[in-house]
Amino acid sequence: MVNEVCLRTLDLDRPWLLEQYQSRGGYEMLTRILKEKTPPEEIIEEVKKSGLRGRGGAGFPTGLKWSFISRNAPGQKYVVCNSDEGEPGTFKDRDILRYNPHQLVEGMIIAAYAIGATQGYNYIRGEFWEPYERFEAALKEAREAGFLGENLLDSGFDFELHAHLGGGAYVCGEETALLESIEGKKGQPRFKPPFPAHFGLYGRPTIINNTESLASIPMILKEGGPWFADIGVKNSGGSKLFSISGNLNNPGVFEIPMGTPFSELLEMAGGVKGGRKLKAVIPGGSSAPVIPGEQMMDLTMDYDAIAEAGSMLGSGAVIVLDDTNCMVKVLERMSYFYHEESCGQCTPCREGTGWLYRVISRIENGQGRQEDLDLLNDVAARISGRTICALGDAAAGPVAGMLKHFRDEFQYHIDHKKCLVGAG
Amino acid sequence: MVTIEVNGRELKAKAGDMLIEVTDEAGIDIPRFCYHKKLSISASCRQCLVEVKNAPKPLPACATPVMEGMKVFTRSPLALAAQKGTMEFLLINHPLDCPICDQGGECELQDVAVACGSDASRFVEGKRVVPAKNIGPLIATEMTRCIHCTRCVRFGEEIAGIREMGATGRGEHMVIGTYIEKSIDSELSGNIIDLCPVGALTSKPFRFSARAWELTQVEGVAPHDSVGSNLHLHLRSNKVMRVAPKDNESINECWISDRDRFSYQGLYSDDRLTVPKIKQSGEWQDVTWEVALDMAAAGLQEIGEGEQIATLVSPSSTLEELYLAQKVTRGLGSNNIDYRLRQGDFRLDGAEPAFSWLGLKISEIENLNAALLVGSNTRKEQPILAHNLRKAAVSGAKVHFINPLQLELNYTAGQQLTTPAGMVQSLAAVAKALGATGEGAAAKVIDKAVADDDAKAIASALKDADKAAVMLGNIAAAHPDYSILCVLASVVANASGATFGFLAEAANSVGARLAGAMPHLLPGAKVAAEKGLDVMKLQKLPRKGYLLLGAEPGYDFWDAGLTRNALESADLVVALNTHTSPALEAAADIMLPIAAFAETSGTYVNTAGEWQSFRGAVKPLGEARPAWKVLRVLGNLLDQEDCEYTSSEQVRDELASLCEGVMPDNSVGKTESADLQSAVDGLIRIGDVPPYALDSLVRRASALQQTKDAAPAAICINAEEAKKAGLADCDSAVVTQDGREATLPVSIDANIPDGCVRISAGLAGTETLGAQFGEVTLEKA
Repeated sequence: MVNEVCLRTLDLDRPWLLEQYQSRGGYEMLTRILKEKTPPEEIIEEVKKSGLRGRGGAGFPTGLKWSFISRNAPGQKYVVCNSDEGEPGTFKDRDILRYNPHQLVEGMIIAAYAIGATQGYNYIRGEFWEPYERFEAALKEAREAGFLGENLLDSGFDFELHAHLGGGAYVCGEETALLESIEGKKGQPRFKPPFPAHFGLYGRPTIINNTESLASIPMILKEGGPWFADIGVKNSGGSKLFSISGNLNNPGVFEIPMGTPFSELLEMAGGVKGGRKLKAVIPGGSSAPVIPGEQMMDLTMDYDAIAEAGSMLGSGAVIVLDDTNCMVKVLERMSYFYHEESCGQCTPCREGTGWLYRVISRIENGQGRQEDLDLLNDVAARISGRTICALGDAAAGPVAGMLKHFRDEFQYHIDHKKCLVGAG
Repeated sequence: MVTIEVNGRELKAKAGDMLIEVTDEAGIDIPRFCYHKKLSISASCRQCLVEVKNAPKPLPACATPVMEGMKVFTRSPLALAAQKGTMEFLLINHPLDCPICDQGGECELQDVAVACGSDASRFVEGKRVVPAKNIGPLIATEMTRCIHCTRCVRFGEEIAGIREMGATGRGEHMVIGTYIEKSIDSELSGNIIDLCPVGALTSKPFRFSARAWELTQVEGVAPHDSVGSNLHLHLRSNKVMRVAPKDNESINECWISDRDRFSYQGLYSDDRLTVPKIKQSGEWQDVTWEVALDMAAAGLQEIGEGEQIATLVSPSSTLEELYLAQKVTRGLGSNNIDYRLRQGDFRLDGAEPAFSWLGLKISEIENLNAALLVGSNTRKEQPILAHNLRKAAVSGAKVHFINPLQLELNYTAGQQLTTPAGMVQSLAAVAKALGATGEGAAAKVIDKAVADDDAKAIASALKDADKAAVMLGNIAAAHPDYSILCVLASVVANASGATFGFLAEAANSVGARLAGAMPHLLPGAKVAAEKGLDVMKLQKLPRKGYLLLGAEPGYDFWDAGLTRNALESADLVVALNTHTSPALEAAADIMLPIAAFAETSGTYVNTAGEWQSFRGAVKPLGEARPAWKVLRVLGNLLDQEDCEYTSSEQVRDELASLCEGVMPDNSVGKTESADLQSAVDGLIRIGDVPPYALDSLVRRASALQQTKDAAPAAICINAEEAKKAGLADCDSAVVTQDGREATLPVSIDANIPDGCVRISAGLAGTETLGAQFGEVTLEKA
């Protein structure tokens, strides 16, 4: 089954409109919760049962995250949605914002109700102008229909939701950097603990979830946690949006059950372009270590299977590479990205990402030295695990992965000052 | 308390403390750059990574709270690998310019590199270069050396209370600097020089003048404000090369003000007095000490009548100097000695507290829940004390000011902006709101006052607070109705249960009282049987002979014009000064060069009543001599008894025995006169003393004189009043006060209340004017 949760209205004409969303039962769940005054604990319990894990990439159980907030603690609390979607290869949240924004709004209101928040922010990636406009339009419709504002549907519950357009920094997808950015500060991750559940936006208890996670909430509550869990496999409940791109005939976003074999996903994406050989797959966004093609064809798309293969499912961004790709060039491009996007706060990432990029770039440009390969591994290892946020790990991961599986291509560059792929 | 184990050693620690605090306490060294005990935790440099048993990754000691049973290894292979890894990263883009770097030899990066660095670099790429920025006259930058620890950034936000430094750019392109070519103007800015672990921020005046290893470090006490910050003086070849803070948790923590840090430059100004001089037929001649002292003694003796001699002393003088000055004066049969050179109202003499003080310890200020400051620009007057007050305000204390100037504050506070006469009424209104009636003059003004909402807000803030204080600052001390303000402030404090205190003006204002440098007080703050005349009367009723100690005519007196008239009409003016000036040369007959700050031993009593003695760090410049020695010899030449001191300690101990059992006390008596001397028909001058005009030394500190706080004299007036006077911004105008004139530029300033014109005192161009607070007229030049 495809498109069961977040993209379930995709077949409708202009599905982003309130009336269309409501024609498929949109806002019914919220209405029921507000009318029946469903105890928040029940909602959180249902989310826990669903096995929903954070869809932004880290895969932390959503229900558990919500349960960290003390609902009855006095003072302001916040719900924040992370639509910063900056991981190279990821473009699934964009489609939720474009085609099903109301389901996200409904999910956020329910989340706010569950933790007792009265204010929410959706932090949208700076480059997403069209999705931002769609989301703002949805907010307007929802406000007019009484789903946002004061005393929602006469329940006594207040909730206002704001869209916040980012400034274009990848690191602002890191949840605490995102909070800093909303506060108007330089987007730099905070040292944790304290976690946002205790010290979040403006120092107040905050839950911050990915777009896809929050957009899944209405369906989880409507159909029940176990229904959602059963869509997927053990430890990977539900369906998931995969953004599959690269050398493909039909790249795009596909919502499929967790645990679907990669081969099926590849088929949906039309197979490798021109019938060429599948060389490698980066299964979870650019920071996930690369997996050789043959190995990937045997894997299923769920957290455990990909982790066992030495990589990670991440945000579900699958980058497919055929045999025309030079892996040195690929790594150079990715290293450049992390070098540019490091926030500069922690020493290993600030200094190390630039070092990695420069060494890889030298190798790519025929100026590699034999000792550079060990140096790369060593520098990556000195970044990994030693920074405040995961950006350092993300920059180090691809280096280790590439050198593990494609060391010969790097060696060829060093020995022959030219590319193995081009040479063949 | 929890027990942890570090490198096999058992340590007791407070639960929740960060690991690095515990290891620092225990003397276990963990390298660090971003961590600083007084700043928030950034955890970003990653140099303090250590191994914690059962943790999957090395953890930053600065951000890891201790927990019971925690086992930590700071030198294990994992910890060392992590520390070495960070050091390698820090060094790849750091220039290897230690030989030409001012931080060389006292550089934290250098030190840690010796411990954790490698002898050769694996980095063969090009290094990052960042252009240096001009951020003002005090701090030199070399931003290529910056390692992005952000201590300077956090200092601005958290301590100085003004975000001057910040990080722009991402990743490797991240640059620490000011926002668009701004200068650093905080009065505490120099502390970022100490905070910077590398040579990115260094002292501009000190730059390239000495190497750290050539310097000798001795202790000192700051000579300007009444806080008495503890100093380290760095010396080479009998010269003070620079000044740094010495930690004293109960006074200045680890900070000092820019004034205390950079004023040493004034020691070596061109107009330093280095030989004794006498005036003969209007010409100054260098003479020997013998000749000069003989002449001084003979001249003073010639005057004959004691009451015709007046001794005017600077409150920046040491306790020993002040004690001997009063001893010599009283030995001449005169009680005419006063240190209150910038006071304008003496109606309270006799009823004011003898040993007045802050009322609490400096470190207690941060625990206040409410404070009312009357006539105080404490941020500029006592920057370290203001930092403590800011800490209180940031943690919720309600701070109010009653001032004739709108202050630029670095925290939220209530500011009542009013004329000098209005200040009295505002304070009386607070007293009224508290239901106080007062006695004498206070009763009269309180009776007339109206308790408006502002007054009620202040009253309830003071009353509701657990710990509150009412404090009088430098502007209040110079106020024409100081006596009434003092009584009212005391009434307000009593009625609200607040502590009453004085933010003393100078380093030894409190000490001067103990030393008996007042016409009605003897050493030990004992009431004199025979009272002399106060400093105002000593000028209004000119004496035949004047002895000046560290006091500069034209700059250090409440009414510059009055001083000049008095001194010029005298038969003999003997000046013991560190520096000369045209005004001094015009007034004096004999100039005796005395040792300045750092050149003499002595003692200061700070505003919290703490005695702090210090030794002379360098020999006095030229033939200058410590003033206590000069006064001793003068006493000998005048055949005075008991003047055989051989050390300043001996002088101090003698005074200390006289002060035994004397406790600080702020109880104020009453005064009958309720005439408002500050009530004028026209414009009144607000003659505050800017921070870098306070005393002879700082007025000559060249770098400080280039800062924003050292703006030249001007007529500051609000737009409305300027319009009335027919003046516009940048006009030149003639200000007339007591028939004396000065021509100054006009500066439109919204921080000045109606009816007032701010013409700061102590600045070049104001020597000819009158009282710090007095009626003036303006006319376009």
